[in-house]
Amino acid sequence: MTAAFPLTLSGVQVRRQGKTVLGPVDLTLNTTGTTIIVGPNGSGKTTLLRVMHGIERFNGGQVAWERDDPAKHGFVFQTPVMMRRTVAENLAYPLKLMKTPKDQIVMAVDHWLARIGLEASRGGQATRLSGGERQKLAIARALIRKPDVLFLDEPCANLDGHATREIEVLLHEVASAGTRLVMATHDMGQARRLANDVVFLLDGKIHEFGSAATVFATPSTPELAAFLRGDIVS
Amino acid sequence: MIEFLDGLAAAFWLVVNLDEELWEISLRSLRVTLSALLIASAIAIPLGTYLAVQRFRYRRFVISMINALMGLPPVVVGLVVYIMLSRSGPFGVLNLLFTPTAMIIAQVIIITPVIASIAHQSMRELWAEYHDLLISLNTSKRQRILTLIYDGRRNLLTAALAGFGRAIGEVGAIMIVGGNIDHVTRVLTTAIALETGKGDFALALGLGFILIGIAILVNLAIHTLSRTEREGRW
Repeated sequence: MTAAFPLTLSGVQVRRQGKTVLGPVDLTLNTTGTTIIVGPNGSGKTTLLRVMHGIERFNGGQVAWERDDPAKHGFVFQTPVMMRRTVAENLAYPLKLMKTPKDQIVMAVDHWLARIGLEASRGGQATRLSGGERQKLAIARALIRKPDVLFLDEPCANLDGHATREIEVLLHEVASAGTRLVMATHDMGQARRLANDVVFLLDGKIHEFGSAATVFATPSTPELAAFLRGDIVS
Repeated sequence: MIEFLDGLAAAFWLVVNLDEELWEISLRSLRVTLSALLIASAIAIPLGTYLAVQRFRYRRFVISMINALMGLPPVVVGLVVYIMLSRSGPFGVLNLLFTPTAMIIAQVIIITPVIASIAHQSMRELWAEYHDLLISLNTSKRQRILTLIYDGRRNLLTAALAGFGRAIGEVGAIMIVGGNIDHVTRVLTTAIALETGKGDFALALGLGFILIGIAILVNLAIHTLSRTEREGRW
């Protein structure tokens, strides 16, 4: 178990313009591995991730980490934000914020460039990378600070199968190395490949939460069963 | 048309003959304008970026005021600075009236809102692009401002050049606070006004062409030095 966990959400609610978009949510994440949040569009997956990461204000409830250190969380957005810098400078940026010594930055950048296969592009502008390369760079940039937990908001949306597989391989390696992953996706195939446990969100509320094996084999709510079948759930 | 051609000829001979007085007032024009530009940029760029990043109670009012001050009448600025620096004014003891410093002060007041307003506009767009990333990396306010200034430096250069354009062609305020004193505060624009008043239109036009030439050269030099249009760089 990573030092930051367990993460406990108690009665967390997010309201926007008088409408509840999330909650109340009660959830405790205390296992290692990968938690996958699934649910239809607008069910609150992104909001839940942002609340957990601490970049979304919530109107009620409480989010409690075992040991809260924001520098030990990483976040990968659905549409990766590429800074107007070179690929190497994008990778180095989080370490520069932490005033990491230059030689360590160079080593870490070299390591991650090799790992995501972008050594040849190190001096090129990050904004000119392909969608898959951008997302790999965004993941590497989030991981370069060695976070305890990495939140990923549908990182493979809009990517083709090859790029998706590369990212899944990377995420498998990262999870095996002990980084806790919490990821939203609406790709059920991906959820089955990566999940250790699953949160099913619908209309901003948690309908089901349990181990992946149990949730996928014996969904306890008709909504999740329908969602797993590929039916439209609203 | 004949006067226009005479003006071109006058400009040509002034440059070819390396006219000593022309060099003196041209260099003074550049010194005053570039000094004002440096000071105004040092104030306006962080201010514009701060306004893009920070939310506070009267933010909209402050932005509206800065935008409104872009249209400050130079003659009024000159008059106010004159009163402040005159012997009976609050800063009269400094003996700055009718000196290049007074001209720099007036130009700083005129171009700071121009640079701040354009800087704010471009930094606001960059902040919208970077917002989620910089928040997710738990950056401090200072780190956000410095990052935006660094990554938005090309846009900020445009803002600074807009300020330079306004300052180099300014005549009303610097005529009042500088006094157009020969060998002390005479610059290209005040010399043009003087020659026009004397009816020597050819010389006035010639000085005008030289002024335009200097403005173009400075712009080109800054663009070249900052590699604005180089392939693969921002």
